[in-house]
Amino acid sequence: MSAVDIRTEEAPRHAPQPSYLQNGHTIKSWLLTGDHKRIAILYLISTGFFFFLGSIAAGAIRWQLTSPRGELMTLEVYNKMFSAHGVIMVFMFLVPTIPAVLGNFLVPIMIGARDLAFPRLNLASWYMYMVGGVLILVAMAMGGVDTGWTFYTPYSSIYSSSQVSLTLVGAFIVGFSSIFTGLNFIVTIHKMRAPGMTWDRLPLYIWSHYATSIIIILATPVVAITLLCVVLERAFRIGIFSPELGGDPVLFQHLFWFYSHPAVYIMVLPGMGIISELMSAFSRKPVFGYKFIAGSSLAIAAIGFLVWGHHMFVSSQSMYQGLVFSLLSFVVAVPSAIKVFNWTATMWKGSVRLQTPMIYALCFMGLFVVGGLTGLYLSTLATDVHLTATYFVVAHFHYVMVGGTILAYLGGLHFWWPKMTGRMYPDSWGKLSAIIIFVGFNLTFFPQFILGFLGMPRRYATYALAPQFQFYHILSTAGATVLGIGFLIPLFYLSWSLKHGPKAGKNPWGAKGLEWTVDSPPITTNFYETPIVDRPVYDYDPEEEERQFQIELDAEREMREKLAATRGGQD
Amino acid sequence: MNFPIRPEAASNFATEHDQLFFTITALTIFFTVVVLTLVVIFAARYRAGSKYSRANASNHNTKLEITWSVIPLLLGLGIFVWGAKIFVEQHTPPKEAMELFVIGKQWMWHVQHPNGVRENNTIHLPLGRPVRVTMISQDVIHALYIPEFRVQYHVVPGRYTTFWFTPTKVGKFHLFCNMYCGTQHAEMGGYVYVQEPEDFEKWLENDGTKVAERTPSLAELGKALYDRTQCGNCHGQVDNVRAPSLIGLYGRQRQFTNGMSGVADDSYLRDSILNPNSRVVKGYREIMPQNYKFTEEQILQLAAYIKSLGAAASPNPVTPSVDAPMPTPNTPAPSGDPTSHNLPGR
Ligand code: HEC
Ligand code: HEM
Ligand SMILES: [Cu+2]
Ligand SMILES: [Cu+2]
Repeated sequence: MSAVDIRTEEAPRHAPQPSYLQNGHTIKSWLLTGDHKRIAILYLISTGFFFFLGSIAAGAIRWQLTSPRGELMTLEVYNKMFSAHGVIMVFMFLVPTIPAVLGNFLVPIMIGARDLAFPRLNLASWYMYMVGGVLILVAMAMGGVDTGWTFYTPYSSIYSSSQVSLTLVGAFIVGFSSIFTGLNFIVTIHKMRAPGMTWDRLPLYIWSHYATSIIIILATPVVAITLLCVVLERAFRIGIFSPELGGDPVLFQHLFWFYSHPAVYIMVLPGMGIISELMSAFSRKPVFGYKFIAGSSLAIAAIGFLVWGHHMFVSSQSMYQGLVFSLLSFVVAVPSAIKVFNWTATMWKGSVRLQTPMIYALCFMGLFVVGGLTGLYLSTLATDVHLTATYFVVAHFHYVMVGGTILAYLGGLHFWWPKMTGRMYPDSWGKLSAIIIFVGFNLTFFPQFILGFLGMPRRYATYALAPQFQFYHILSTAGATVLGIGFLIPLFYLSWSLKHGPKAGKNPWGAKGLEWTVDSPPITTNFYETPIVDRPVYDYDPEEEERQFQIELDAEREMREKLAATRGGQD
Repeated sequence: MNFPIRPEAASNFATEHDQLFFTITALTIFFTVVVLTLVVIFAARYRAGSKYSRANASNHNTKLEITWSVIPLLLGLGIFVWGAKIFVEQHTPPKEAMELFVIGKQWMWHVQHPNGVRENNTIHLPLGRPVRVTMISQDVIHALYIPEFRVQYHVVPGRYTTFWFTPTKVGKFHLFCNMYCGTQHAEMGGYVYVQEPEDFEKWLENDGTKVAERTPSLAELGKALYDRTQCGNCHGQVDNVRAPSLIGLYGRQRQFTNGMSGVADDSYLRDSILNPNSRVVKGYREIMPQNYKFTEEQILQLAAYIKSLGAAASPNPVTPSVDAPMPTPNTPAPSGDPTSHNLPGR
């Protein structure tokens, strides 16, 4: 028997099968699994671990900045701290997390497939991720890297004496795990849709993964080669980026942002897909403007490749390049705006249920709108000349990446948690965590917009030259404390729910979509029989849903009255 | 504790920038408020169980969707044109602009005025005259950033970059390095002093800070002693294999071979000179002579000299008052004595 189990045989009709969690209990059955759902769980745990590490670094950074001369660390340690934070959060968490956890789990189920097209490749992607991650951690244990996650040359290639090469090799390997996942998704979405799952019946979540996968496959190899070039220059002094050796230092920035701007969409598109699902499911209404939203994902994927130079307006690229990149950045902002308007319109005349995942989605709206709009200050040439590389940029990308990606991820995790584990968590705790995160987040990052406008440069371990910044730094650190608490709460009640949560049933939210027709947790092959899709996606009828809601409400009231009556009788 | 919300506007670009900035802010607030109000209203009004009718809920409306795609696009294009106009202006320095040369290196700014006057980590400028800055880096990429002027530009090794501005306000403004450049990036900065043209001319004529007849300052005595004892055999312009550079040492975090760290304050300087091996700077060996016999007075002089080589970031550096640009003894003089900055390095 091969170690990786590729399910080719037809399952016997309706004989109950163990869930994917019960199907094998040995460590080996997890580490050699080909099941997309188990690999998703492996990723859930490992990305969660890296998120925890990255957050500790963030805490240290915020603590340091409470005083102008630096509270906690020397300059050198601080520089390594923000580099560790950025490298871990971007390469080990934001890029992989939604595709590798929720995408892995859901893409096959949502399109009616038994697994991804290449289960072994999927498992290999997790191993690549872990090998890369371990290398990065080893690099940190050996003294760490001090270049920031952007690795600008020639500092990274010639001058830094920290563990640049090892970190880069780690990031290089992690890049392949993304490429494997992207490849798998594209093939699966093309070839493995159930009968009747036509392209216009694909959930928008699938569309967003499709667009993301295209970006991953086209852009990641570029950054992989670029990082390798830095390693070559460091190791063999081959002159690529360093002018001393005959190279061009700005070339690195072009190559890096050619990947890393699309990468911001790799990070946020899957989150946008989640929000489309949540908005529809909790408004009990089809997503407003399905075609515009699906199309905008593809538009972002395409135009997103043409705007990298907006990170380089003052880098010494020519003025005309600046003009073109600025113009295109305004164009690429439009698809994001379309999505926001369409999500809002989805709630109109819906039958809105304010349960935990929806609260997360609403918080996402609040933060993503601010994040997206502040992108305009940075796409505008004259304002970027003042704001680039200040805390304004830091605030902007945290609004889109934490406020956008992470809130969407948490919303999705709360939405599909019952499907993944078969258990419910306490709704009120879920809402509480969402609100604490929302408040803490704004308190942390809003002051940073003001700091940036005032001229506070990013990546400063101390700011003794300008102690008037202190007030905002203290606010920000206070907010980070609240935010940290907000992130810890779900850890507790979600773990609690694994053992003690009430059983979820197939469809605890009353949502549509193939994933809600299978067991919670699903069996290893997801479906007993290949499903046949015969209705449009998001097949909700708010009027009908309202009637249903009234009936449930009445039934509940009756139950309560009966209960009260029997209790009254006992007294 | 103070909490400013707007940086001073001290160059020709600052006002233009702020108008644009606040226009975008108005748009941002407008769209945020519209979207979030609708979200809240819809969430409340169409909450399950509410009385409002759900009949005829439509799932798309192409006209509406095109409208809300085109309006942001047009607004965006307007903002683009406005920003581009200023940007083009920023790339077109006026012909009569005065020249300034800046060399960035880890981790200090070296500024040269055309007439040969030099300064480190400070820039003196006359009010109201356009200045064209030409920059190059000796090592990695830096960025020269003056927030009160709303301008910055990268300083790149191997190629000159330029930008320009006209100071429009007398005063003291921030000078930052805004491109991460290594360990002391956060300390690579100082101040820009904008003076009335007459004061600036006086400052230039006096070769920056040297004023004709005066008794030598502590720092100058220190420099003489430093030269006589040949400290410069080891300590140079930049950190070298023998010894760390003393430029910008004062007030900086130091790390020692024993794993400890500390700030280079007065007592640290005294200690380092009299007792070099008590705390050895990380990365160096114990080669500094142990047997210097200096009087306390001489130590003070040496320390004053080391401080005059530029201080690390300090919240309250002594500002050379605009009309008397002479450094007071024993304090870090941001304008320094330009000649004394040329340590006899090896
Ligand atoms: C033979 C070479 C040598 C000579 C000559 C020398 N030094 Fe040093 N000095 C060093 C070395 C090496 C270090 C760093 C190791 C240490 O801290 O002892 C150092 C450190 C220092 C420091 C602390 C620097 C820091 O970065 O924290 C000061 C201050 C200093 N020297 C002042 C002087 C003065 C003043 C003189 C002249 C009177 C002098 N040195 C002469 C080699 C020398
Ligand atoms: C909606 C339209 C958006 C526009 C117009 C926009 C524009 C910009 C611009 C111009 C910059 C460069 C700022 C500078 O360095 O001076 C920038 C930085 C950044 N943006 Fe956006 N952005 C948008 C959305 C997003 C999204 C959705 C994400 C991620 C989820 C994102 C993540 C980032 C990151 C990570 C950086 C900073 C990278 C760094 O320097 O470390 N942005 N953005
Ligand atoms: Cu970008
Ligand atoms: Cu710097």
